[in-house]
Amino acid sequence: MRVVVDLNRCQGYAQCAFLAPRVFELHGDEALLYTPAVPAEQHERVLRAAAACPVQAIVVGEQAGAAGVR
Amino acid sequence: MSGDLRSGRIVIVGASLAGLRAAEALRDEGFTGSLTLVGDEPHLPYDRPPLSKQVLLGRARAEECGLPARRALQARWRLGVGAVGVDTAGKRVLLADGEQVPYDRLLIATGTRARPWPDPGEAALDGVFTVRTVGDASRLAERLDAGPRRVLVIGAGFTGSEIASACRERGLAVTVAERGRAPLIGALGGTVGAWATKLQLAHGVDLRCGVTVSALKGENGRLTGAEFSDGSRIDADVAVVALGAVRNTEWLADSGLAAGPRGVACDAGCRVFDMYGIVSDDVFVAGDVARFPHPLFEYQLIALEHWGNAVAQAEVAAHNMVSSGPHRRPHLSVPAFWSSQFGLNIKSVGVPTFSDQVVIAQGAPEERRLVAVYGYRGRVTAAVAVNRAKWLEHYQRLIETAAPFPPGPGAADFVDGSEPVPSDVPDPRVLSHGPTVALTGHLPDRRLTLLRPGG
Repeated sequence: MRVVVDLNRCQGYAQCAFLAPRVFELHGDEALLYTPAVPAEQHERVLRAAAACPVQAIVVGEQAGAAGVR
Repeated sequence: MSGDLRSGRIVIVGASLAGLRAAEALRDEGFTGSLTLVGDEPHLPYDRPPLSKQVLLGRARAEECGLPARRALQARWRLGVGAVGVDTAGKRVLLADGEQVPYDRLLIATGTRARPWPDPGEAALDGVFTVRTVGDASRLAERLDAGPRRVLVIGAGFTGSEIASACRERGLAVTVAERGRAPLIGALGGTVGAWATKLQLAHGVDLRCGVTVSALKGENGRLTGAEFSDGSRIDADVAVVALGAVRNTEWLADSGLAAGPRGVACDAGCRVFDMYGIVSDDVFVAGDVARFPHPLFEYQLIALEHWGNAVAQAEVAAHNMVSSGPHRRPHLSVPAFWSSQFGLNIKSVGVPTFSDQVVIAQGAPEERRLVAVYGYRGRVTAAVAVNRAKWLEHYQRLIETAAPFPPGPGAADFVDGSEPVPSDVPDPRVLSHGPTVALTGHLPDRRLTLLRPGG
């Protein structure tokens, strides 16, 4: 699973950092750093974080172009 | 007509963010024909912004920055082979391995590449890097892990400043060399540039502005240091060349299209002009390589090296590739970008270089929170926020409605009595790095584009 955040949209609400702190983390007050490759045990948390984002800035999916989504 | 447009053969040259999002949008729009993505890099589509941030901080591996698919594509992927030409009359793309790929409609999304260090011998020294691709970032991150004694960053645009920030956060000694007067001055002007100078100095960067690197020095093929135009020199075992980007248009040299160092010129609907200024109906362009007119900036052609522009323009291009005349849409989104450096979130809407004045509207520079608003001939044209992201939507509305500059009070931390000052945007020719926003348009008094021969 891969994740990308549209950081133009992100306004630092930090819901993702509460729901999946191993993948999303605030760097300072509002700069978001995230791990693009999501480890298997974090999938569920990341899906919840994507759903909870108030500005819907998080896109989650399989690696683009990989078998299955080619 | 539009029934026909939803079938046929579409070829997308460029398999990064713009190419991928265009492919997905084409399927979303009901395109059922054959879809081919051509990419010169061997990798599946990946995201570049983390390469100068998370990856250099050691919090993500460069190889793991792949982009998520928003949907299945049923596309043919030709990766690891570049396009070397296009025959617009015969409607075929020529690939480096000799294959000819026929198309009914073509999307150009070949983006940019890192501008190399001008001296090939010095550039080949072990320890000299650029940061644009997975391989670049991976090799640099590995070298930073090894704990170099000093890193030299050449060019203090956004990429160079982010790299310097990552190095300082890792506790590495960093020298930044910039030919302009201040970091970020090319994109944000002198006022915010002066603030960025203090920021870098406060974080322990050995910042040297107004100088150029006259030579990179090596011994036995390894970088050992650098000499500056003011005669000074430093020892350094890593140098990162952050001189901006070069648009990947050389493959279009014989295509008859309006393509050159400034990008590929197109209309507001992403349709590419040919060399006679006639708009084509079957060749489109999106992303960093596109040069398009924007009504908010007096219809000057602009080229934006922005993540958000690649996504938005790809979606408009895809829509127009499967839509007939009256159903086509213009690409009008307000330019926006972000950068994180030295623990701060810097975000911009509009085009700060399209300005004659700037005012600090909110916060205060010493508080590490501020909003700078830019105006041109009495209207708001851009805003830059530092740790004030939630306010940008407000300023975007002011930009879209051509609201009067300076803006009225509207925020609790509005700076009363703050006076507009000249935005002090330098001619890009004085900078070390190329502009990430290039106004390449028609106004003769504005020379906001940078062309260097031999790049």
